[in-house]
Amino acid sequence: MNVITLKDCRKALLTALWFMFLTFPILVVKVNTTEHLVIWRWQNLIYVGAATCIASLLTSVYRHYRDRRGQMRQQEQQEEEAGRLSLTERFFNTPAVSRPVFATAALFFLIFPLLFSTYQVNIMTTALMYVVLGLGLNIVVGVAGLLNLGYVAFYAVGAYTYALLNMHFDVGFWIALPLGGIMAALFGILLGFPVLRLRGDYLAIVTLGFGEIILLVLKNWAEFSQGPGGISNISRPGFFGVNMPMETALNYQYYLTIAMVVLTIFVINRLQNSRIGRALFALREDEIACQAMGIDKTTVKLTAFALGATWAGLAGVLFAAKNAYINPDSFTFLESAMILCIVVLGGMGSIVGVIIGALILILLPEYLRAFSDYRMLAFGALLVIMMVFRPQGIIANVRRTYHKKDSAA
Amino acid sequence: MSTEPILSVRGLIMEFGGIRALDKLDLTIQNGQIAALIGPNGAGKTTFFNCLTGIYTPTAGELHLSPSGQPSRRLNGLKPNQVTEAGLARTFQNIRLFPTMTVLENVMIGRHCRTRAKILGAILRDPRTLREEKETVDISRSLLHKVGLADLADEVAKNLPYGAQRRLEIARALATEPLLLLLDEPAAGMNPQETQKLIGLIRNIRDEGLSILLIEHDMKLVMSLSDYIFVVDYGRKIAEGVPEEVRSNPVVIKAYLGEEVEYA
Repeated sequence: MNVITLKDCRKALLTALWFMFLTFPILVVKVNTTEHLVIWRWQNLIYVGAATCIASLLTSVYRHYRDRRGQMRQQEQQEEEAGRLSLTERFFNTPAVSRPVFATAALFFLIFPLLFSTYQVNIMTTALMYVVLGLGLNIVVGVAGLLNLGYVAFYAVGAYTYALLNMHFDVGFWIALPLGGIMAALFGILLGFPVLRLRGDYLAIVTLGFGEIILLVLKNWAEFSQGPGGISNISRPGFFGVNMPMETALNYQYYLTIAMVVLTIFVINRLQNSRIGRALFALREDEIACQAMGIDKTTVKLTAFALGATWAGLAGVLFAAKNAYINPDSFTFLESAMILCIVVLGGMGSIVGVIIGALILILLPEYLRAFSDYRMLAFGALLVIMMVFRPQGIIANVRRTYHKKDSAA
Repeated sequence: MSTEPILSVRGLIMEFGGIRALDKLDLTIQNGQIAALIGPNGAGKTTFFNCLTGIYTPTAGELHLSPSGQPSRRLNGLKPNQVTEAGLARTFQNIRLFPTMTVLENVMIGRHCRTRAKILGAILRDPRTLREEKETVDISRSLLHKVGLADLADEVAKNLPYGAQRRLEIARALATEPLLLLLDEPAAGMNPQETQKLIGLIRNIRDEGLSILLIEHDMKLVMSLSDYIFVVDYGRKIAEGVPEEVRSNPVVIKAYLGEEVEYA
């Protein structure tokens, strides 16, 4: 069987020519305005052409390989219908394999501050906060299927709740934490009411608007939120009034965030496998059938919004406490998009997937700093490649099975 | 056979703009009966179902559900989930399962309106919630057993063959503990064996004391299964009676086959 056909070669050449043409103005022509010179960098044209040609050929090879493997897999599937569990399913269904992996991961996170520098601990804390945010948004988008593009608004509500309470009334972190969650949940319900009838694109647009409204209020209502200047000198989380040096405080925050992540996983895992969780999944699957089965659509939707928002609120309080300073720029649409990316890339509805997604998406740009200028380019390319080749996310959601022994009398 | 009515419909009218899809429909379904609603395509059968289950709000008319030994309940204006809670469960003409959930979970969803666990209960897993959850799984399993899908409990619903999906819809509807089961073309797309199995299943459900109203095109199924038949055409009831009466009713034959043209 031919690996590269003549057709592939022609396609590769055409793609290369097209890219050479496209990049010509920026990569080849360089105008030096001070000395009125035009520099022609023809070698760049050759590089672009060669790189594109090779990339195109590699894609073709991969496509052939995939097609052939797809055919083989189909044959296999016909041969053995029973044994068609995906790799992830097999992983989760084999405790002998999955348990040690989870245990190692837990241990790694526990001793992380002992192994790495303060800088590493700091970015890991940020990444873990995004784990909480991702898991929260996962309830709304992944589980209940309600596309929310204004999720960061609830994050802002949590952060500002703590910042303002701390500034005006000197309220401590531990009291503000539940308050931030409750405030965000209330805002979730507030957003939930007008969008009860909406679905899909329309819902996405309204939530997007909601996020912008919150952002604009925070920016412009200076008497309330101190405007774009933000709020500084927010108290860091206390530990029975103990005064900690900087490094200990950072480690303390790290462990605090770990605790938060554990709590989030615990609660969300239990919720997903409950009557409420099933109702949320059902809502995503088929709204009309869901109602016909006696599920109150209104309650379930509001529950989804409130539950999702609560975690954003809690993460917001953590964020404000960690940075000791907040301003509206931390809560732009880009943040919402980032959190949504975490959920989609990680795998909608899957807890492990979202955790891995958050760690990759937040840590990768940090570790890609070595590539300096090409950092965001590589990051974007990774997202595109990921979505093309694995649209279900890193870890696809695995349905829970109820074993006979669970129900044995 | 008891002659207590379980559902009575009086003067039901449903208008969409200028079109009257249902025109002063009257019908009464007796407790413990299998009643069938038949009529040509576009006669308003599914519209009737949608009015009954709260998906549409009827323009006029009265819908009353009378559980035996309890005061009757007006169904007009209730939301679909409230209608289900009141005791009406339905299946859909074009199957509407929860495709990526497992077969067992699909049935468990049906238990939603008969269970009470809240968020706090789900998080804390207190004994009551655990008991309720176990009960949900047990009841769902026994329902799957009844419709013959017990072996496929952990399969994802969309992977089931067509006939099995229809039976799963029935199991899911039964999980809501209905008084009256509404089946919208349950035999559509089924092969003869599957239809035969379905007839047995529906009879079993009736024998357990449930009332059933079905919409169906398969005349053989309707005639062999129903205790009572209503015929609608252009939103109007044109005939009703036991199968033998309806079969020989000239008005019904006309509606189905068109008028006989006599040549001189």
